[in-house]
Amino acid sequence: MSANLSALLFLITGVLFILALRGLSSPETSRMGNFFGITGMILAIIVSILSVNIFFINLFYFIIALSIGGVVGGIIAFKIPMTAMPQLVAGFHSLVGLAAVLVAISAYYSPDSFGLGTFQNIKTASIIEMGLGASIGAITFTGSIIAFMKLQGLMSGSPISFPGQHYLNALLGILIILLMGYLTVNQSTQIFWILIVASLLIGFLIIIPIGGADMPVVISMLNSYSGWAAAGIGFTLENTALIITGALVGSSGAILSYIMCKGMNRSFLNVILGGFGTDNSSGGTKETTEKKPVKSGNAEDAAFLMKNASSVIIVPGYGMAVAQAQHALREMVDKLKKNDVKVSYAIHPVAGRMPGHMNVLLAEANVPYDEVFELDDINNNFANTDVAYVIGANDVTNPVAKTDPKSPIYGMPVLDVEKCKSILFVKRSMSPGYAGVDNELFYKDNTLMLFADAKKMTEDIVKYLD
Amino acid sequence: MEIDPFIFRLSIFILSIFIGYFVVWSVTPSLHTPLMSVTNAISSVIIVGAIIASFSSSDGNSISFSNILGFFAVTLAAINIFGGFLVTQRMLQMYKKKEKKKNK
Repeated sequence: MSANLSALLFLITGVLFILALRGLSSPETSRMGNFFGITGMILAIIVSILSVNIFFINLFYFIIALSIGGVVGGIIAFKIPMTAMPQLVAGFHSLVGLAAVLVAISAYYSPDSFGLGTFQNIKTASIIEMGLGASIGAITFTGSIIAFMKLQGLMSGSPISFPGQHYLNALLGILIILLMGYLTVNQSTQIFWILIVASLLIGFLIIIPIGGADMPVVISMLNSYSGWAAAGIGFTLENTALIITGALVGSSGAILSYIMCKGMNRSFLNVILGGFGTDNSSGGTKETTEKKPVKSGNAEDAAFLMKNASSVIIVPGYGMAVAQAQHALREMVDKLKKNDVKVSYAIHPVAGRMPGHMNVLLAEANVPYDEVFELDDINNNFANTDVAYVIGANDVTNPVAKTDPKSPIYGMPVLDVEKCKSILFVKRSMSPGYAGVDNELFYKDNTLMLFADAKKMTEDIVKYLD
Repeated sequence: MEIDPFIFRLSIFILSIFIGYFVVWSVTPSLHTPLMSVTNAISSVIIVGAIIASFSSSDGNSISFSNILGFFAVTLAAINIFGGFLVTQRMLQMYKKKEKKKNK
């Protein structure tokens, strides 16, 4: 296939991918968008195959590689429970990162087939792009693996930090830049490999100090990195489809990180430097030692309250995902609707472990998406709502974020749950949330604490609603 | 003086960042999870690099180191492509509107 024709077709791939993202502006067009994405990918693969010299032996192994990947990917896609989406996406990011590294290494050893010059005599621009692609890819790879392990529970979700951590990271960062410069000059094989190893190491080091509830930022950030890695490789291969895609994915991940940081009122740097929720020196913790009276109730009380309400807002959080309570919740809401109770759902931007996590779980439980509202759209409604049912959320409802400037979560946008006439708070114990801040809501006169597993409690309420 | 083709690619890159910026801001927050899985799937277009590697510097008789890396990268990218698009499809099919008629 002529170079011009394939370049044009790769451009079309890029356009199809833009349409794929555009489709996600509403659920109705989203499926069409996904179809565009698939078409673009098939086109890119066909064009690439038609552009290389095909030898039987290579084709044979290529088809085997593609089939293995396809079968594994297909099985994962159908088997994965929706509650495991965050770790799945993290795992997928690591694969993109590793693929970028492998392509870069391959291009380094056989630059002639990529049209980049000869071994250790690669065009200067290409070696820089290759180094960048390999380095960002390696960071994405190890970073995503750590994120995956934290989300999957294979390793503690709490931040892991040690003295001098930031200095070590800074040092490694500088080393990587120096290696990149040195590689450009002499193209030595050793330097190339040291660069990759250093990048793998820093990917690991920057993610370990970040705690579980900051994962929405981490996943979005790694999403962004995987895009930049692809773009780096795209420049190396002089491939438009990869450049466009890398730019799209890179900016998409960056925007999501920004939205997540804003949802926590924290700067990106503050999240990345990590260790949030570990220091107990912050204000507010002192008060927890004083015992304040708490009203606790059971499923029957909760059922009675909600049955006699005219409107209920449900506030789900990560606890709902952990307890897999979304289906029970939907059943409860169905019963309430039969009693002519108006029910809606309020989603905080950082509820769960990844952007939009709660929305997917509710969609899985067949909750219509027009009953689910974002923070800004529903926050004014709490004041004229009878009951708020908080299930597995904590910090995102804490009024202290609005009142106490000393609190570590001060300034974070929160759901105005306290304005409801009564509040039902499903929680396993009195322990504070991720930020380590006591929640004032627990002690309010109109709050009824329901101490139980989210799923169990919701199922019990369903029984009493009959 | 001729313009280096790199500048053209850089232009495409920069403009694509802007397109990405505007397109992604218009994505409804409830679809942010499918957005992540689909961006993940499309970033696997890196398979074009893996394909070049799989067929590089071959004489048609033996397999080179670059080829092996290429096959491995093809497998990884394929997991992502199939897994990413299919799981996105599965998620998007769950998003339903409120039914107009009460069927109970």
